[in-house]
Amino acid sequence: MKIAVCIKRVPDMESRFKIAASGTAIDETGLKYDISDFDAYAVEVALQINEKAGAGETTVICLGPDAVQETIRKALSMGAEKGVQLRADAVPADSLAIARALAAELKDGGYELILFGKHALDTMTGGAGTMAAELLGLPCLTAASRLEVTGARATARRELEGAAELLEFPLPAVVTIDEGIARPRYPSLKGIMAAKKKPLDVKPAQLGSVRVSVEKMELPAERPPGRIVGTGPDAVPELVRLLQTEAKVL
Amino acid sequence: MDDALYFSEQHLAVREMVREFARDEVAPVAARLDADAKFPWANVKRMGELGLLGVPWPEELGGAGLDLVSYMIVIEELAKVDASHGLTVSAHTTLGTSPIVHFGSDEQKRRFVPFLASGRVMGGFGLTEPDAGSDAGGTRTTAVRRGDRYVLNGSKRFITHGSVGEIFVVTAVTAPGQGTSGISSFILTKPTGDPDGAKAVGIGHEPSLPAMRGFRAGKKEDKLGWRASDTAELIMEDVEVPAENRLGEEGRGFKNFMRTLDAGRIGIGALSLGIAEGAFDEALKYTAVRKQFGQPIARFQGVHFQLSDMATEIEAGRHLVFHAAWLAQNGKPFGREAAMAKLFCSELAMRTTIKSLQLHGGYGYTKDYPIERMMRDAKICEIGEGTSEIQRIVIARSLLKDLLD
Repeated sequence: MKIAVCIKRVPDMESRFKIAASGTAIDETGLKYDISDFDAYAVEVALQINEKAGAGETTVICLGPDAVQETIRKALSMGAEKGVQLRADAVPADSLAIARALAAELKDGGYELILFGKHALDTMTGGAGTMAAELLGLPCLTAASRLEVTGARATARRELEGAAELLEFPLPAVVTIDEGIARPRYPSLKGIMAAKKKPLDVKPAQLGSVRVSVEKMELPAERPPGRIVGTGPDAVPELVRLLQTEAKVL
Repeated sequence: MDDALYFSEQHLAVREMVREFARDEVAPVAARLDADAKFPWANVKRMGELGLLGVPWPEELGGAGLDLVSYMIVIEELAKVDASHGLTVSAHTTLGTSPIVHFGSDEQKRRFVPFLASGRVMGGFGLTEPDAGSDAGGTRTTAVRRGDRYVLNGSKRFITHGSVGEIFVVTAVTAPGQGTSGISSFILTKPTGDPDGAKAVGIGHEPSLPAMRGFRAGKKEDKLGWRASDTAELIMEDVEVPAENRLGEEGRGFKNFMRTLDAGRIGIGALSLGIAEGAFDEALKYTAVRKQFGQPIARFQGVHFQLSDMATEIEAGRHLVFHAAWLAQNGKPFGREAAMAKLFCSELAMRTTIKSLQLHGGYGYTKDYPIERMMRDAKICEIGEGTSEIQRIVIARSLLKDLLD
């Protein structure tokens, strides 16, 4: 089937972040970037659906500056057939603007299934997928931990606190993907070679008016150093008191 | 290093993939495999699927069709995390497969290379003998022509994949008394010595390869390092080898394996470099968090000196390895540079792991940290595929060639 996967390029979350001089963004110097984890799961899900069907086409779409082409190539080296870059100087903080640009690209693509990660690892807004679904007038299901397609319908599982629900819906639809659904494959050397020759279209991102912007970004306060209350059984009453009154965890 | 000097975008994509694979699949099991001296069948299968067991071979032979620089990147990245995995790739590809690719007939290539390049079975190279190591001319294994076959007798020592492997290129004397011009090489096959391990992952054994009677693995070595890599003796007792399995012409065995070893040296250079880089990364991480006298030890100038020296030498080693690979890739003479890369980087691996362990203090001496394993893994790099002393002889010969001949 024709599947679109919308992916985002995000910094390695284990980096040591600094705030840029502007005060509204992180300093990108020296950061390593990769496809956002949930988006990589979504790519894997799309590849598996089409492999199981024995036919199909997966297109990955990524919004951002030219650096995102590397991220698109990675998805192509995993096995996606086509890539589209929606070129923008930066990814705006306005999820609706992002959704608008994506919806404009998705609208006439004839996709039967549109996948997103449930949220991007860096901003964690999780808005673009649901908003794009609304703009496209498609059913939307968030945080799927399992997804199966049968003909023109699909079923998905969502994990709830202490329970799970199974949902059924018609295609085309927008589904955002949770972790645990599939382990993203490593690109094989053949895949890396093949990715070079796969089509990667570059188009301007039709963001429309961007109404939300970051005013200020700050790092979390440093954690105060730990305290040793005492040693041995004598220290227990004081420890319990502090856990109750100060840490408020008991 | 300025990445653009040797590396294209595709090289970087290969590096990224192998780095992720090494971090997620190799690092978590490396200590266990080392302790148990277990061949990493599950990861070997994965590496085969990713194309890592036939990186430089043409696609029509089942390889990935990449260049030598990509291949060195693969070895380096694996060795950063676990030298045994790096060696498995290097010995399988350069020693086990390259002689068939380079010196085999079309029929031999078609028959054997796809099994090796895809990782269907493991391959190895039988050169070293009880009385022939650095002096390869001292080969005692004999091959006597009898009609359309040769009968081989002898034994080979320290053969990587000797036990687990199925396809081997071995050298044997076909014309006694003619020194190195009397040595030829042959392709021998046997069933894997670890059928259970192979069966568990569904690779490692190919029933269509003949089980040559009298050809078997002997003792498996219990080693200081490279413990997850398989090293065993190969024994040949009246092994009948069809003449069609002779690799190249009679008497070409010595010349051919010298070429194989030249290329192999860059691989061991890359492997050694990887060990040094891995040890350096550990030193960097550890000294930044280890506190003594109220501050991280990385704040002390004495530690700065150590870290700077390690990083500088590693940078030099990278240039040697990738320059040698680049020369070989571009069809230029590379023997001297390959020997220099192997010599420098193997000694670099030893120095760097010792320094890194010292910076770890008592913790480094325990199995709670990977540095003691890295130090054990480093030592053999100064010995295997030509000792440091042999490298110096190779380099000196190339320097003095015109002056002393």
